[in-house]
Amino acid sequence: MKICLVVDDSRVIRKVARRILEDLGFEVAEAGDGIEALAWCRTVTPHVILLDWNMPNMNGLEFLKVLRADAGGESPRVIFCSVENDLDRVREALAAGADEYIMKPFDGDIVASKLTMAGAL
Amino acid sequence: MIGRDIELAVKLCGERAGMNVDPEKHYLLENRLAPVARREGFSSIEELMSAVRNRGEERLTWAVVEAMWPAETSFFRDPATFELMASDVLPKLARRAEKGPLRIWSAICGAGQEVYSLAMLLSEQTSFSTTELFASDLCERRLEKAQSGLYSQFEVQRGLSAHRLVRHFESTEEGFSLSPRIRQTVRWRRVNLIEDITRLGQFDLVVCRNLSAHLTEAARGRLFANLTGALAPGGCLVLGAGEAAPGLSCAAERPGFHFHPGAQRAAA
Repeated sequence: MKICLVVDDSRVIRKVARRILEDLGFEVAEAGDGIEALAWCRTVTPHVILLDWNMPNMNGLEFLKVLRADAGGESPRVIFCSVENDLDRVREALAAGADEYIMKPFDGDIVASKLTMAGAL
Repeated sequence: MIGRDIELAVKLCGERAGMNVDPEKHYLLENRLAPVARREGFSSIEELMSAVRNRGEERLTWAVVEAMWPAETSFFRDPATFELMASDVLPKLARRAEKGPLRIWSAICGAGQEVYSLAMLLSEQTSFSTTELFASDLCERRLEKAQSGLYSQFEVQRGLSAHRLVRHFESTEEGFSLSPRIRQTVRWRRVNLIEDITRLGQFDLVVCRNLSAHLTEAARGRLFANLTGALAPGGCLVLGAGEAAPGLSCAAERPGFHFHPGAQRAAA
């Protein structure tokens, strides 16, 4: 089963995302910030990471830059999932190595569509 | 909705546009007609329908029919179809149409997502410098929205990749606006596909997906005759994967793509 790591400081968002991703056939793991996510990725490499931007300790963009520089860190498909809907922020995320970008709020169709476009479904 | 209003709406959709509206689908009728009633200043669908019945105003009648016309609301809907167009069908057609521009028609364009998907695709491939994109729909309001090139956050996340979003759109206060460079490549017209459409001319590629199931048998016959008649020799008609046009062949490895027999002659 493919693993998806959901990185978001909101427990509610993690729960909503988990339900959608489990319906799509993923095994879901959760992290509350970039530091936790990094620790997770250095143990088990997930297939997909659904990544919030604004989080305490280490934000999504910082996390992504460290991840992509890590050995093996280029393999997970990373989909940003953020309230940031300014296209310059989307560009910044893509330049840092994100494969796709979801602007919150999202629904199951959008998540499925973006996973497909990122080549993760 | 009450029985006689449903009957009237179903009858008008059939007469005017060849639509086969299921009178059992109350929710569909109500979902589509409630906004028309609001917009036209009626307090209910019943009031709207009684005005349609009694006033005999063409504009109001068409507002009802057009609201029931099927619409698709996703960019790059059925991505496999667009991949085949980009990698195989469009290059083939472009080689054949060397002398003139490649003429493309999105026949049921709704709010524009399909034709703009094609326009984006073409803009990303340098080999197609001379294309003419033409889009039509029965519904005037959807055509207006399509021409505006303005989409909500939900709409730009359906089928559109983030790379294409940042490449072709700008964010504005009202939503996401498609760049004028793409928008200006498309010409628009309201077209009723079951009427005489010979004035539109001929096209190398005609896209009309998943409409036929919504039509009566007689209207379906006219639709396919019209679409086939609008194909240039060797041109391609793109239907939904389960649809078949009489007289055109469709290869199993390219579901939905129906070629005018001219193509086989050219290949032989």
